[in-house]
This record gives sequence, C-alpha cells and structure tokens, in this order.
Amino acid sequence: MMAAATLGSWPGGFAWAFARDFRLAWRSPGETVLVIAFFVLVASLFPLGVGADMRLLERIGPGVIWVCALLAAFLSLPTMFSSDYGDGSLEQMALSSHPMVGWVSGKIAAHWIMTGLPLTVLSPLLALQYGLEADTLLVLAAALAIGTPVLSLLGAACSALTLGARGGGMLLALLALPLFVPILIFGAGAAEAQAAGLSPSPHLSLLGAALIVAGMGLPSAVSLAIRIALD
Amino acid sequence: MRALEVRGLRCSRGPVTLFREVSFAVASGEWVAVRGANGSGKTTLLRCIAGLTHPDSGEVFWEGVPVGRDRSAYHEALSYGGHLAGIKDDLTADENLEALVALRGRACDAEGRRAALARVGLEKRRHLPARRLSAGQRRRIGLARLAVERAPLWALDEPLTALDDEGQRLFEHLLADHLASGGIAVIATHHPLAPDATRELMLG
Amino acid sequence: MNWFYLSSPSTFYRFAGWLTPWFFALAALLTAAGLYYGFIVAPTDAQQGEVYRVIFIHVPAAWMSMFLYFVMAAYAAASLTFNTRLAAMMARAVAPTGALFTFVALWTGAFWGRPTWGTYWAWDARMTSELVLLFLYFGFIALANAFDDPRRGDRAAALLALIGLVNLPIIYFSVHWWNTLHQGSTVKLTGTSMHVAMLTAMLLMVFAFWMYAIGAALTRVRSIILERERRTRWVRAL
Repeated sequence: MMAAATLGSWPGGFAWAFARDFRLAWRSPGETVLVIAFFVLVASLFPLGVGADMRLLERIGPGVIWVCALLAAFLSLPTMFSSDYGDGSLEQMALSSHPMVGWVSGKIAAHWIMTGLPLTVLSPLLALQYGLEADTLLVLAAALAIGTPVLSLLGAACSALTLGARGGGMLLALLALPLFVPILIFGAGAAEAQAAGLSPSPHLSLLGAALIVAGMGLPSAVSLAIRIALD
Repeated sequence: MRALEVRGLRCSRGPVTLFREVSFAVASGEWVAVRGANGSGKTTLLRCIAGLTHPDSGEVFWEGVPVGRDRSAYHEALSYGGHLAGIKDDLTADENLEALVALRGRACDAEGRRAALARVGLEKRRHLPARRLSAGQRRRIGLARLAVERAPLWALDEPLTALDDEGQRLFEHLLADHLASGGIAVIATHHPLAPDATRELMLG
Repeated sequence: MNWFYLSSPSTFYRFAGWLTPWFFALAALLTAAGLYYGFIVAPTDAQQGEVYRVIFIHVPAAWMSMFLYFVMAAYAAASLTFNTRLAAMMARAVAPTGALFTFVALWTGAFWGRPTWGTYWAWDARMTSELVLLFLYFGFIALANAFDDPRRGDRAAALLALIGLVNLPIIYFSVHWWNTLHQGSTVKLTGTSMHVAMLTAMLLMVFAFWMYAIGAALTRVRSIILERERRTRWVRAL
C-alpha cells in the first residue's frame, strides 16, 4: 500500500486535469453534444430567416458563424468549474502538490478540445451553406482555430470569477461577452478580408498574439479567481 | 520530529469574529480535537490551517516554516478532508481514488488501490460509478485515500459524517496507525474518538 | 505625509469630507470656462457648422471614460496586492462615474454622428470599443455586488477589472489600425492641428470632468465607508 511520492509539476498537473476532464466528458457527453448541436442548429437557421440571397449570405457568413461559435462556447462556460466546486473536488485540487496553473491549463485545454475544436472542424461544412469560397473557408477555420482557445481562456476566467455568485448565467454573460468582442472582430474580420481580396494576416496575427498573451497570463488569473472563490 | 504550530490565528466572516488568538502546537504522534457548536468556526479554522481560507491575522507553521513560503511542500505533507467528499459521480471508486492520489503527486498501482479499497470494505464495489454508492461508501473512498497517501499531517473536518459504527472503528484504526508512525492530526468533530486527543480546543 | 495613516477608513472619511467641496467648486468653475471657450470663443467649423461644438463634451467624456478605467484598475491592483480595504472601496467608488462618462461619450457621439455622417450609430472600432467599455463597467459593478460577502465581491471585481484592462489599448490604438469614420487623432502631445481656442476649450473640459470625477468618487467612497464600517465605534459616534 506504499505510494511513491513524486514532485508536483506543471506538466503533471496539466496531464492530470486534462485526462480526468476528458474522461468525465466522455462518460457524460450530453453537454458537449448540446454545444455542438446548438452551433449547427443556429448557424443553419440564419439562412432560413434571412432568405436565400447567396450574395447576402456570403457577406454575412463569417460573422454569423463566428457569433454562433461564440454563443455555443458561452453555453459551456457555466459548468466549467461549478461541478468541481459543488462536490468539493475544487478544494482538493487547490491543495494539490501540482502548481495550480498546471491543472487549470489542463482543464481549459480539455474544455477547448470539447467545444472549440469541434466547432472549428465543423465550420467549413456550415460555411458551405453561406456559399463561401474555399479560401475564405480555410481562413475562417484558421481564425476559429486560433480564436476559440482564447474564448476558452477568457471564459474560464469569467466562470471562475462567478462561482457562488448570485445572478448565475446572466452575470456570466455580462462579463464574458464584452471580453469576447475583440476576438469576434478580428476573427470574423480575417475571413471577411480574405473574401474581399485583402490579406487576412494582420487579423490572424492579432489573434495569434491574443492567444499567446492570454495563454501566458490567464491561467494565473483563473488560479487567483479560484483561490478567491474558495476563500 | 514533525510539528504543526498555529500562532495567533484570527478569522472573521463579515462582521462576526469567529475566533481570535488561537494558538497551539502539535508534535509527532499527537492529535488535536477541535470542538464547538455549529457555526463556531471549526470549519473555518480547519480551512485556515489547510491554507484555503486566509486568516485576518496569525500564522501557521509546518516544521518551523510558515506554510505560505513553500506551498507545494506543505500541500504534499497535508491531507485535508472537507465537508464535501471531493468524489466525482461519473468515476468509479477505483478511478476516484486514483485521481485523488495522483493529484497529490503519489503514484499508486492498481494492486495498491485494490488493497486500500479492500481495507475500507469497498473491494467488491470498486468498479461501480460513485453515484451508485451510498454516502457512507463515498466517505470510505476518502478513508482509503488517507491510507494510501500516508501524509504526515491530517486536517479533517467532521470525518465521521455518514459513516456507520463499523466505518467509525475503521477510521479510529487508521488514526491510530497514523499517530503510531509519527503522524499529526487536527480533527474537528463532535464525536468522542479513540485514541484520546492530546489536546481539546473549544471554539465559540 | 504618512500615507498609511490616511489609508484607515475613519481618517480618510474625514479627509475626503474636507476635500470634496473644493473639487466640486473647481469642477463648476472649469466647466463654465470650458463651455465659454467652446461655445462662444471657438470659431464655427467650415464643414460642420455649429453642431461640432458637442465634441467639447464628447471628447473629454471619452478620454475620462478610459482614464477612469485605468484609475479603477490601479486601485484594483493595489487592493489585490496590499489587501487594503480602502483601495477596494475606491475602485468601487470610481466605477459608476466611469460608466457615466462612457454613456455620455456614446450619447454625445451619436448626437454628433447624425448631422455629420448621417447616422446615429456607426460600428467602427472606436465606438464599438467604447460600448464594450460601458459593459466592462457594468460587469465590474454587477460582479462586485453579486456576493453576500462584500470583501469577496471586492476581490473578484478587482481581478475582473485587471482582465478587462487589455481592452483599453485596443480602443486607443484602433484609430491607427482601422480605416474608420472617426477623424484621426488631432490632439497629439507634440503639436496640434486644431484652432487654439478649440484646444483650450477641450482641455478645460477635461480638467472640469476630472475634478468632478474626483469629487463624485470621494462622495461615493464616504458612503461606502459608512456602510462597511457601520458596526465600528467611530461610525456609531457620528
């Protein structure tokens, strides 16, 4: 029954959280399916509401798909930490010998794999409904691939800040959606630029920069938010 | 010779001061019972010792070092049991034990986990998802974790919750083993426990 | 001056009470001077006529809305680093005034937009970012008040303010990155292409708003102090 003790480490924490959250989502996939279904459904509803004018659809396509991705990502935020907070796992995790930023990053990465990544992969298929050209499709998918992890990072911060707060989902929306706006602007802007014949690289570079800054800074912010929530 | 020392701890929740000037020291093989009525601050004191809650003033020392200085080392030495069991419904008892133990940097192979779960009477049920276990059985997973981790310091908040008489005896055995091997414990409880506490702390 | 002495709520309460009327008086004076320069002294614009004069409220309000966010974030950072109660209370005191100026900037911007560009609202980067800033202020206020324990609200909102701080450079530099309806920044630190009277009016209004903001924040922090410290002896003696 002797257990060998190993030093806590960032990769150790990351792997722990990533594997556990992935396993939990696999066992109970309802929420992941809901997020993906919502994305597909709403993105497919727009043409029905707006009319079959392909030129109009082509113009609004990137923006609409981005907004749908945003809303779908938002749907998955309230439960990011609440289940662990509710059953006492979060405090055990806060007492881990692994550094907090490690397992926080692991959780966020798992969250992205189950929300942002499926949305990114499905986006070209949905974009076909809007008559987007192949090159625009690719830029849109690339923008989503870079932007959705930032949404997961920002969303994690907002989710951790609102643990145990009154106002639930509405408060979370008020906090998260304004922070999402720059990502939306640059993400949709990249695809729109490509469609207009301009280069999307400024937009994609800005998104990339946002991802780097967010990836380096936000896990610490999320850790602090969790400590505040457990205090 | 390991030691936990608490000096001048003071904590308030909103306008109410829960406790002030709480000081005590515990050495290897000793344990402190924290007693008091509901709402007297037992949970808050335990959480201050664990480092989850920040006290208004005062400090906690582990082996002479303030715990804030090397959090990672302190976390490795501490097993904290809170009100909530920290058990995931969707994972089996075995997987829960594995996750809890890995969280603290300890590796335990399948055989070791089986033995631990057998000791707490969960061997036959270890592959059932935790949602199919009773509250007392879920608590026993926590006991198995204490046995596997063998951390020098235990900070436990009402560990006998939901445990039946047999579960309580099991816990007392684990506690006796822990103290015999030089461990330290701070336990908030309103049950009498054997072995007797080295010191009783009354709050409120 | 011993700043730590000042950081005790009871001392600060008295100090702020003594200062506040002066700030409001200054604000009133500067507003009068600024409006005089803006509406009477400054010449009529060749292209935009009289309507342009609303920029003497719009631009200072916009600057203050961003400046106050920085101030709020600075207090937030101080409250998290030093764990002082007063810094957190000051952050809460500044937020509503910041939100007010953001709203004024958006409102006067729409007012200016209609005759100038033919539309009340244009979704360019700067106006959009100003709208986002308004929601950041609302989010801060909402989060700070969403918990039973006010200290928890202080700390959560402080962290939120720092995360939202990333938005501010995007607003500021957006004018350089984007081709938008907004005129390029005409008031630079090294030289200006505006008529001197217009510049004077604008700067007077900025200082006027600044004095008002300090007065409003001090008034508000005094009432926050009273509420938080209501069970202490010195408050009961009041």
